[in-house]
Amino acid sequence: MTDRNPLWPEISFSDRMDTVEFKVSEKPHIVVDGKVCADCSTRACIVACPADLFVPTSDGGILFNYEQCFECGTCYLVCDNEGAISWSYPEGGFGVVFRST
Amino acid sequence: MTDTDYDVVIVGAGPAGSCAAIEAARAGLRTLLLERGPFAGSKNMYGGVVYPRILDDLIPEWWQQAPIQRWVTRRSTMILTDNQSLSVDFRNDAWAAPPYNGATAYRPEFDRWLADHAVAAGATLLCDTTVTGLLRDTSRRSGGRVTGVRTDRPDGDVTASVVIACDGVNSFVAKEAGLYGTPNAKNFTLGVKETLSLPKQVIDERFGVRGREGVDIEIIGCTGGVNGGGFVYTNLETIAVGVVLKLTKLAAQKTRPEEIIAAMKRHSAIAPLVEGGELHEYSAHLIPEAGLSMMPEMTGNGLLVAGDAAALCLAAGIWLEGVNFAIASGMYAGQTAVEAIADGDVSQRGLGGYARRLSDTFVLRDHRKLRRAPQLVLSDRVQHLYPSMITGIAERMFRVDNPLAKPGLRRIFHEERKRAGVHLRGLVRDGHDAFRSFG
Repeated sequence: MTDRNPLWPEISFSDRMDTVEFKVSEKPHIVVDGKVCADCSTRACIVACPADLFVPTSDGGILFNYEQCFECGTCYLVCDNEGAISWSYPEGGFGVVFRST
Repeated sequence: MTDTDYDVVIVGAGPAGSCAAIEAARAGLRTLLLERGPFAGSKNMYGGVVYPRILDDLIPEWWQQAPIQRWVTRRSTMILTDNQSLSVDFRNDAWAAPPYNGATAYRPEFDRWLADHAVAAGATLLCDTTVTGLLRDTSRRSGGRVTGVRTDRPDGDVTASVVIACDGVNSFVAKEAGLYGTPNAKNFTLGVKETLSLPKQVIDERFGVRGREGVDIEIIGCTGGVNGGGFVYTNLETIAVGVVLKLTKLAAQKTRPEEIIAAMKRHSAIAPLVEGGELHEYSAHLIPEAGLSMMPEMTGNGLLVAGDAAALCLAAGIWLEGVNFAIASGMYAGQTAVEAIADGDVSQRGLGGYARRLSDTFVLRDHRKLRRAPQLVLSDRVQHLYPSMITGIAERMFRVDNPLAKPGLRRIFHEERKRAGVHLRGLVRDGHDAFRSFG
């Protein structure tokens, strides 16, 4: 790509996610089995999740948030470890609320 | 069949669900439309253009009332390499007047408008309600017929003669019914999009349009090492810029989706279009990309599947359509439910009219015709080799290299083909495939 200086401000990932409305449920709609993740070498969820919800920890595990989830389904599809990610939709009325998409 | 709560229960109030509900309710059926979001369209996002002519019969003169951002009068296909671009740019003034062609719209507004029509037709719309499972008749005689849905509301079971699953790309309903095999990541792409705020006048000047005219640009060669494509299109006072990424390729490398968008935005052909745009909303959604080869069984016992849930999304390079397929399949599912209930047979056989309707119309005709296209468009050759070859040929053609004389086109073609690493045999085969698909 060219070195052209982009004339728009860099935006932090948390500011990026703050442009999206979420009605966060008390109940997580995604459950991650940390034991399976600890043994995983591919960890495709970390790079692929568009909301960056999967974060590697220093002790070799994966930290996971469900609160700012787009409910897209990428994580369970790229996860090649049986049973590591249990995925369902949030309870009715909760989760992401798109506005200008 | 009057011992059920409703005649038809429809899961999901996107374009497929709402159009199924319009058909069913207008025929006098007791119709329930369930939506898990707080309003219809709140979970929905797309890559930009809706082609609503399929609504002509359902909602005559829909253009008078549909919440449209801009009418697409210019569409470009752009091929990028790191420091080059080649565009085929088409403009058609007639697309700025009824009956129009494509339009940009915010899905939360467009889908809500369609759901309002379902309500006006007499359907009951129930939002904030997630379907958690199917109800079935366990008697041997019924063959496990679907008899309703279970929701997450207290006492949330709802019985119906026919259930129509319009619950989107991840369709848990179709999976539970056993109509889908195990989903495979290779059949899906991830769409990631930034909606950027810019003043209308700036958008009009940059994109060369006026009033409600709009532009849709589809881009190939802009997604780094991840196979996919990009898009830029205009809304009234925002533009949308994003990428579509093959899941298996995205998962096998290290660059995150938002970084791939950022790299595309920095390209010299894209940066002047998007500069100064402030992020208004970031979004992502999966796309059932593989077309015919990934489609589930669409008719079950007491159950029909429509829209993205049935993988009815056309991702064929120059044609990128989904909302029209959702609308059409929803309509046909609604019509089939009406017919089957009138005939008193909602078994898989009684619902056979759905497959006929899909098969006889553009819904499956387009998919059959373009069945090789999704794989071809996302192939490594089309993604990485051909852009380099094509822009290389253009560069050699337009370069004035005096005192050297102009080389012949044949020589340029062969040299650039070799430089780009394109094998003649593969090129001929892809050309043949493309011709059979597109021709």
